[in-house]
Amino acid sequence: MVEFDLAVVGAGPAGLSAAVTAAEHGLRVALVDAGTQPGGQFWRHPDEQHPRPDEGRGQHLWSRFTDLRARLHGLESAAATTGRIELVSGHQVWFVEPAGEGFALHLTAVHGETRLPRVRAAALVLCPGGYDRQLPVPGWELPGVMAAGGVQALLKAHRSVAGRRAVVAGTGPFLLPVATGLAEAGAEVVAICEAGSLSGWARRPIDAAAVPSKALEAVEYAALLAKHRIPYRMRTVVTAIHGETEVGAVSVGRLDRSGRLRTDVSLPDLDVDLVAFGWGFTPSLELITAVGASTRVDVDESLVANVDDWQRTDVPGAYVAGEATGVGGALLAIAEGELAALAASRDAGRPVSEASVRRLQRQIARGRRFAAAMHRAHPVPAGWQDWLRQDTTVCRCEETTLGEICDARRELGATDARTVKLLARPGMGWCQGRVCGFAAAKLAKPVGEALTTSDLAPLAKRTFAAPVSLETLATAPTESDGAT
Amino acid sequence: MPGTHPDVVVIGAGALGAATAWFATRAGLTVEVVERGSIVSGTTSACEGNLLVSDKEAGPELDLALLSHQLWRGELGEFGGLWEFEEKGGLVVAATAGGMAGLTELTERQRAAGIDVREVAADEIHDFEPHLTPDLAGAAFYPQDCQVQPMLMAAHLLRLARELGARVRTGTTVTGFLRDGDRVTGVRTDRGDIAAGHVVNAAGTWAGELAALAGVEVPVLPRRGFILVTEPLPPTVFHKVYAGEYVASTQSSDEGLQTSTVIEGTRAGTVLIGSSRERVGFDRTVSLPALREIAGKALALYPGLAPVALMRTYLGFRPYCPDHLPVIGTDPRAPGLAHVAGHEGAGIGLSVGSAKLLVEAMTGATPTIDITPFRPERFSLQEVS
Ligand SMILES: Cc1cc2nc3c(=O)[nH]c(=O)nc-3n(C[C@H](O)[C@H](O)[C@H](O)COP(=O)(O)OP(=O)(O)OC[C@H]3O[C@@H](n4cnc5c(N)ncnc54)[C@H](O)[C@@H]3O)c2cc1C
Ligand SMILES: Cc1cc2nc3c(=O)[nH]c(=O)nc-3n(C[C@H](O)[C@H](O)[C@H](O)COP(=O)(O)OP(=O)(O)OC[C@H]3O[C@@H](n4cnc5c(N)ncnc54)[C@H](O)[C@@H]3O)c2cc1C
Repeated sequence: MVEFDLAVVGAGPAGLSAAVTAAEHGLRVALVDAGTQPGGQFWRHPDEQHPRPDEGRGQHLWSRFTDLRARLHGLESAAATTGRIELVSGHQVWFVEPAGEGFALHLTAVHGETRLPRVRAAALVLCPGGYDRQLPVPGWELPGVMAAGGVQALLKAHRSVAGRRAVVAGTGPFLLPVATGLAEAGAEVVAICEAGSLSGWARRPIDAAAVPSKALEAVEYAALLAKHRIPYRMRTVVTAIHGETEVGAVSVGRLDRSGRLRTDVSLPDLDVDLVAFGWGFTPSLELITAVGASTRVDVDESLVANVDDWQRTDVPGAYVAGEATGVGGALLAIAEGELAALAASRDAGRPVSEASVRRLQRQIARGRRFAAAMHRAHPVPAGWQDWLRQDTTVCRCEETTLGEICDARRELGATDARTVKLLARPGMGWCQGRVCGFAAAKLAKPVGEALTTSDLAPLAKRTFAAPVSLETLATAPTESDGAT
Repeated sequence: MPGTHPDVVVIGAGALGAATAWFATRAGLTVEVVERGSIVSGTTSACEGNLLVSDKEAGPELDLALLSHQLWRGELGEFGGLWEFEEKGGLVVAATAGGMAGLTELTERQRAAGIDVREVAADEIHDFEPHLTPDLAGAAFYPQDCQVQPMLMAAHLLRLARELGARVRTGTTVTGFLRDGDRVTGVRTDRGDIAAGHVVNAAGTWAGELAALAGVEVPVLPRRGFILVTEPLPPTVFHKVYAGEYVASTQSSDEGLQTSTVIEGTRAGTVLIGSSRERVGFDRTVSLPALREIAGKALALYPGLAPVALMRTYLGFRPYCPDHLPVIGTDPRAPGLAHVAGHEGAGIGLSVGSAKLLVEAMTGATPTIDITPFRPERFSLQEVS
């Protein structure tokens, strides 16, 4: 027995647009999200319990959000049982089980009582987004070193600034909103250190120009950087972080054209109390692998779901939208969510507009080309291991050092990421490799070798998509309990 | 590599292959290990690393466990630190008076067979394990039960063997055997042939398939097991703790889901909670009913763990034979071929004793203990008689 036609996991740009679109096509939809209010990572905003007129300050595409939110609230209170959304906020999906022709999602509340332990649905749209990709650097365990997304989340949800003097470092366009967000909130941003060189963009200008809103954003950011006098330094990387009990300064270095550290250039240290690192994003793949959908490696060496041009995975009834199909930003996520909902509606026998489908497919193809060009312009630099030391921590949970990883390979004969993990423990700890997985997988291979699905898939598979207590597991209803 | 003719080719780089490589190189043989995946990619990386005597009744498996125990502490004792060898001791607990009566009978038989075991009264249990439920009828303590980190154990034994000249080839699959009449004279692999004086089948749960390639029957089948892993905790579980029905479960031939509680803390602070036994072939689908039952039984013993978060689970396929004894020895049906496989839920603990016995058999040395109960051809003989 399934209670819903469709369950959508994630209420970010992708999931919100999927849920709203599907319900508007007459499906009974459950929308599950770990956050206390919809919006996801992109539209993280102050607590709606205390409404404020400037809630959209510092946000992008905010009217898209308020539009989706208004439609969501309308559909939540719809009288009919069809074309309705049940929003389940503050709940994490920890397990997916097959349930007849459909799926059973097992939920646990992030805080307090679990309102709904299980949601059964005929089909699933998975929009779990992703998290910041991190690279180890000497000293990154010090308080004051944060992921760029984490800095942004604090700014957006709590209007709180994580430091006074910041350097924003890594690669990719996401460094811009973080740096300008910090500056607008009153912090001094001493530099943006961008490892890439924007010449990469010029190589395929058509791809970048194909998404007009991106060009607009770039102009906006340029103005803000000028206003706050934030130096934007290309081919520059933070090579070490110094401080006794917290961040006090960072060393920076210059990269050559091939992304290796130049030894002939020495730059002065920067005095800072906050380092925000952004090396792109790692999509959350645990629910995608849990339903058995196949995966591939994207241009940025992230493991992503394989989807067709309707956002369908190769598992019947399971669709994926947003970052989990390839990191590409919020606008693409919105379009993918809408298309996934149209596909699910159509596959459930509802009429959908062919013109809308074609428009979305075109928009998504354009967005994908843009994303690929962006990833090519902002690779993880080839030399990122140049500034690591044998005693640099790679896995912060298990305190595994680079030296221990090298020993597992050289002394013990580990030849792949999984074996390195088994012998030296990177990724075995609390975060289950969400932070160090990419770096550990790279370090398990000869320098410069690209990651493959067989490197990444074993690391992305996690039985529990979220931590679950022994008690919740011990009392979980399961499909094998028979009809209920 | 063309041109190498090792004395021994070992198929499989798990616990049994690693231990065989070590004992064979120590005996002066040249060894090449051939592994289709990476080292420890089989069941050895999906188990718990208990070295137990407590779950065994008098008989050949116990003799093998006691021999192995001697080796772990003696000949291999100097390396213990490399694989986190710990003599923590095991505590088997009984929930009811009836269960305790059964446990007492078992311990009497075990004591007679040479196991060091002492009875623990209900009111003494908390001196061993302060967080166990107070509702227990009694327990038995086994000081000889030990623990290793199995992946490190196998990887270091391979490394030590390499230092004595052994070679380890990963990413190489054995696809057949070189023959000279009945004799096995080497292996065929997807990367070329390797001629050898002896070929050792240490392919774990896949040993039956390898034996079939050589035209002999060695019935090794998979028995699936799940383990739960908690978040790191301050020290909570100090020994290996099992529910009394554990022994019955390892001996059972029932196909359906069975779980029996085995709980232990690890050096990393996580608590490992096992485990289930199911005959479902090589199905890797995660079974919520199995995980749920394991969790429920663990909470019956340690109610305080209820709010503790689980980080992950893993599963493995125990290699078992119909009579629940491993296969160890040279194969008279295919001279040149030997087997060391089918150790079910005890292959880590029994690895070193098994490897030592096998190398003795291959080199014609006097066996330390009687090896005939493990002979590979025993299954076909049963069919004849
Ligand atoms: C911390 C962070 C901050 C970011 N800030 C910006 C920014 O300021 N500007 C910018 O351009 N881009 C930002 N990005 C990138 C941006 O989030 C994405 O481009 C966009 O949000 C993708 O939309 P999405 O719907 O795929 O995922 P998301 O917006 O990430 O939404 C996914 C949602 O799924 C939920 N979820 C995931 N797994 C589960 C589960 N098992 N159970 C229940 N719920 C689950 C999450 O809680 C989340 O709400 C940020 C990314 C991160 C990680
Ligand atoms: C849940 C669970 C808990 C357990 N707990 C314990 C415990 O606490 N204590 C204990 O002692 N035991 C325990 N065991 C049992 C133990 O894990 C096994 O008995 C042991 O690991 C078997 O080792 P092996 O070397 O025979 O097999 P494996 O480790 O599986 O090694 C066999 C190797 O052969 C390779 N191979 C297969 N076919 C080929 C081919 N054609 N060519 C080349 N290579 C090939 C495989 O890739 C594999 O690496 C447990 C098992 C499970 C599943």
